[in-house]
Amino acid sequence: MKGYLRPYIGKLVFIWLVALLGIGASIALPLIGKEVIDGPVAHGDQGALLPLGLLALGVGVLEALLTFLRRWAQVGPVLGLETRIRDDLYRHLQRLPMAFHNEWQSGQLLSRATTDLSAIRRFLGFGMLFLVMNILQLTTVTIVLLNMYWPLGLLVAGSAVPIVVVSLRFEKRYILISRRVQDEQGDLATLVEESAIGIRTIKAFGRRHHVFDSFDDSALKVYGTSMEKVRHSARFFTFLEVIPNFTLALVLLLGALAVGGGDLSLGTLVAFTTLMLQLVWPIASLGYILAMSQEAMTAADRVMEVMDTVPEIQDGADTAREPRGHLRFEGVEYRFPGAESPVLDDLWLEVRPGETVAVVGATGSGKTTLTSLVPRLLDPTGGRVTIDGHDVRELELGSLRQIVATAFEEPTLFSMSVRENLTLGHLDSSEEELDAAIRTAQAQFVYDLPWGLDTRIGEQGMSLSGGQRQRLALARAVLSKPRILVLDDTLSALDVETEALVEEALRRVLRDATGIVVAHRASTVLLADKVALLRGGTITHVGTHHELLEAVPEYRELLAQDADLDPSEGALR
Amino acid sequence: MTTPTKAWRGVASEEQDELDEKVSVLLRERSRKLLGDLLKPHKKQIAVLTAIIIVSNMAGLAIPYLVKVGIDEGIPPMLKGTGTGTLLTVVGVILAAAATQALTRQAFLKLSGRIGQDILLELRRRVFDHFQRLSLSFHEKYTSGRVISRLTSDIEAIAELLQSGFDGLVTAVLTMFGTAALLIVLDLHLGLLALIPLPLLLLFTRWFRRQSAIVYRRTRETVALVIVHFVESMTGIRAVQAFRREHRNQEIFKQLNADYRDANARSMQLLAIFMPGIKLIGNVTVAGVLVYGGWLALHQEVTVGVLAAFLLYLRQFYEPMQEISQFYNTLQSAGAALEKLSGVLEERPAVPEPRKPTPLESARGKVRFEDVRFAYTEEMPILPKLDLTIPAGQSVALVGATGAGKTTLAKLISRFYDPAEGRVLLDGVDLTVLDEPTLRRAVVMVTQENFLFSGTVADNIRFGRPDATDREVREAAKAIGAHEFISALPDGYDTEVGKRGGRMSAGQRQLVAFARAFLADPAVLILDEATSSLDVPSERLVQRALRTILADRTALIIAHRLSTVEIADRVLVMERGEIVEDGHPDELIAASGRFASLHRAWIESLS
Repeated sequence: MKGYLRPYIGKLVFIWLVALLGIGASIALPLIGKEVIDGPVAHGDQGALLPLGLLALGVGVLEALLTFLRRWAQVGPVLGLETRIRDDLYRHLQRLPMAFHNEWQSGQLLSRATTDLSAIRRFLGFGMLFLVMNILQLTTVTIVLLNMYWPLGLLVAGSAVPIVVVSLRFEKRYILISRRVQDEQGDLATLVEESAIGIRTIKAFGRRHHVFDSFDDSALKVYGTSMEKVRHSARFFTFLEVIPNFTLALVLLLGALAVGGGDLSLGTLVAFTTLMLQLVWPIASLGYILAMSQEAMTAADRVMEVMDTVPEIQDGADTAREPRGHLRFEGVEYRFPGAESPVLDDLWLEVRPGETVAVVGATGSGKTTLTSLVPRLLDPTGGRVTIDGHDVRELELGSLRQIVATAFEEPTLFSMSVRENLTLGHLDSSEEELDAAIRTAQAQFVYDLPWGLDTRIGEQGMSLSGGQRQRLALARAVLSKPRILVLDDTLSALDVETEALVEEALRRVLRDATGIVVAHRASTVLLADKVALLRGGTITHVGTHHELLEAVPEYRELLAQDADLDPSEGALR
Repeated sequence: MTTPTKAWRGVASEEQDELDEKVSVLLRERSRKLLGDLLKPHKKQIAVLTAIIIVSNMAGLAIPYLVKVGIDEGIPPMLKGTGTGTLLTVVGVILAAAATQALTRQAFLKLSGRIGQDILLELRRRVFDHFQRLSLSFHEKYTSGRVISRLTSDIEAIAELLQSGFDGLVTAVLTMFGTAALLIVLDLHLGLLALIPLPLLLLFTRWFRRQSAIVYRRTRETVALVIVHFVESMTGIRAVQAFRREHRNQEIFKQLNADYRDANARSMQLLAIFMPGIKLIGNVTVAGVLVYGGWLALHQEVTVGVLAAFLLYLRQFYEPMQEISQFYNTLQSAGAALEKLSGVLEERPAVPEPRKPTPLESARGKVRFEDVRFAYTEEMPILPKLDLTIPAGQSVALVGATGAGKTTLAKLISRFYDPAEGRVLLDGVDLTVLDEPTLRRAVVMVTQENFLFSGTVADNIRFGRPDATDREVREAAKAIGAHEFISALPDGYDTEVGKRGGRMSAGQRQLVAFARAFLADPAVLILDEATSSLDVPSERLVQRALRTILADRTALIIAHRLSTVEIADRVLVMERGEIVEDGHPDELIAASGRFASLHRAWIESLS
């Protein structure tokens, strides 16, 4: 946090100075009132009245001016800080690897980027200053009171003891509750997010009520915890209001006795009680401000939780110059966090420059995991992946991901224009390149959209068909003319005719590039020069399609469409 | 803008920055109506609350007055030596007042907190439920990010109002009125002098209210954009990283974030003018009272006690003004949020539920399209005019190129959309007169999307029928051929699927989705590309299962893999929204039409 405050030190010092002067002015004003009562009124000195009045006016105007300056100067630092933390949080999240994002619901992340940061902003913009100003005002007024008449002043100072004790107890408990509320709100946001993104599934099954019930459970939880918070703070806030009022009653009593004893002037007692009344509000608001600061603290904790997560996937130092695209998996192991057994285990595979290898394996055998290792969306937990002999971890991420492009099975489209969806990070592509990529992927349908390439496609491209989305994803992958092209079952939703056209075009692309093709169908496998069979987390066989078809029963089972070839058929039936 | 009322219905006004007077009045009315609606059930509680707060404030206000009485009435007799009785009584009353204030204050905080939380809960429920009711066509445009922003940041803005705002306002208003009354009672002349700036104050406040209304709308909008972008990039983080989109995303985010900052800056600057402005007016008045009051006291027209009390009360009069403006602040922010929420609540589902639904005990599954016309945009009808009858129990395969209208047909049967003309009938009943539960029990659609909710595998299968037993869930998975891989997962059926099923492969998710549909046991099952991610053995298992599953129910199968088509009783070939071939698969293969050539191409692709 400190780093974020540094650029604003000058301004902050200014704000504090102005704030201090402001407190001075607000204390001075009643003192002038006392002077009027004790001076001109007591002595019948009419001439002194006007100058004192003008002084009060001047101090009053000054106080307003100082308030203005403080508030105006605050805008920059407070918002600057919030904005910078949010920018940095976003940047950090973009750097955190898939392993992190697979675990963290975006609702939880979102509540950190919005709710928590505004809690911090409110504290910095309002709470922190008021907390310090209140405490300052309390001490100054107490000192003034001590000076005025020390026995009563001492009484006022003593009333701080129960306040401090109870505040500390309150804080401890409050911090627990507010953390719980914030976490539960994050869970609620997650539910909202799922219900919005999964709306089609919910509608398809008519599960509106079911989904509502789980939302309701969560909302009720937030309700319950919030109520606990309300009850807890109600007790505390009330306590804070009672103490100064009780003290005031005592002061009046003892003060009257002192006046009676001649130790105290009437004017001083009036001023004393006036000043004391000024204490009521700062003390009462202390509760609110303390609560606010607790919330800001838990919010900061929650934000730091994410910020302190070190991206496991760090940039390497090398940039690959003229990569040839020689890809090797050397004894690769991958284990999901917390999983007992690895998905990939001692996996060896070599793809020479310009060669294309099809990876074939049963559902859930780890094909997608394998392809994610190349652009380092995941890092292997054992062994290494090399390109042209360099461990991919030694390469600069940007440079690595320029060499490797992946067309995912699930296309992941964003609610922006077709053009932007295609270029994504590859912003400098020309119209010709775009057109070539669109043609390769047989995605010419984009030209028929209402505004062509500038048509904004809906979230997840849901207004497009599955095949259209896949073709866009493919166009995106081939656009940057990558050295290594990874196709993760990219053609599954295409109809046979389109698939044939796409395959023909892809053959041309793959002639110059190193390719990894994940496939379920014989037709796609035929894009490759050789096939690798992935079984039990490792590559068991490498060969041509026909070789494997002949020699490996498991392969035959996976790829042969003709059910009669399946030896396990009888058993399954 | 000819008819503002219509054009601004629902969420249409969301992206507008400046609104003309008429529209903003309309929007304010709409928000106010929602607020009134939310407050209505709490009428009694609010009445109690008001009573409590009046007592509490009277007790609070009495304290400085009592101090004055103590000084004016209690001390002189004591000085004269006629006893301390009055003083002690006053002190006692002060203690009683403080105790009363404390008790009522606590009661107030608890009660108002409860009302606030009740309203929030109700609002959350209402908005969430409404979003779920709205049609897909709405969601496709609105995007999930905005749904999330409505249900998180907008609700929070209202929460803030209910938590701190209400408390502050009631206290402040009562304190102000009470103080004003006291000032006049204490001394008419001084009191009137102290209240002279009141009209100025009201004008100033009005200016502030107008300005802040504009500013807060802007804040709500900019924060929504931040949220939308944030959610989308986190949802698609894999593509973002793989295609090095980080940099551009950062630029966009920075811009949106900066817009949000600027909107916030404007609101803070507005406050920076308003708050000191109030203070200025207050302080000038204090100075005036001091001089005039001093002069009056000098001429013995008021007592010293009265003057002291005046100076005290004046402070109390202007302090709440700041409180009130703070309230205005949260009110404006909440008002802007309320405006968005009331807009959402005003949206009507494009496929409305019938007022008086026709009961349909158990559907047999006869589907009929009668002269159905459908278009997303008027110029390009997807289905120009479709007539089709699918007898109960028939399995129909839909074949055709992308954009031929296959999915649209499927979506019409599931009533994701309503046809522009014509009717879609189930067992002779128009879909538009069936209520949702009936329709969804009868018709279920499995798409290639396979959305998994966070929870266990079993939870996700049970989504098809929430009251299914564990055994039924297992049976469904077994029937579809998913049991094996699920049992192999670390915790079997109780394995958490992770965020959106991130821990499973696409094929596995598809199998879970299949099991889900199987468990739902509908009369009409629609499979839209539902097997595309499966490997051949799994697909074979699914197909074998389908033979049994589809035996006694109507099915509509959209698939590019003609292997799925082979289990169908009937094939429909579609082109540009029209059915160009219709017949038994074998028949069509034997003929020389579109399907025959498609089939040949497919056989070749298997090689």
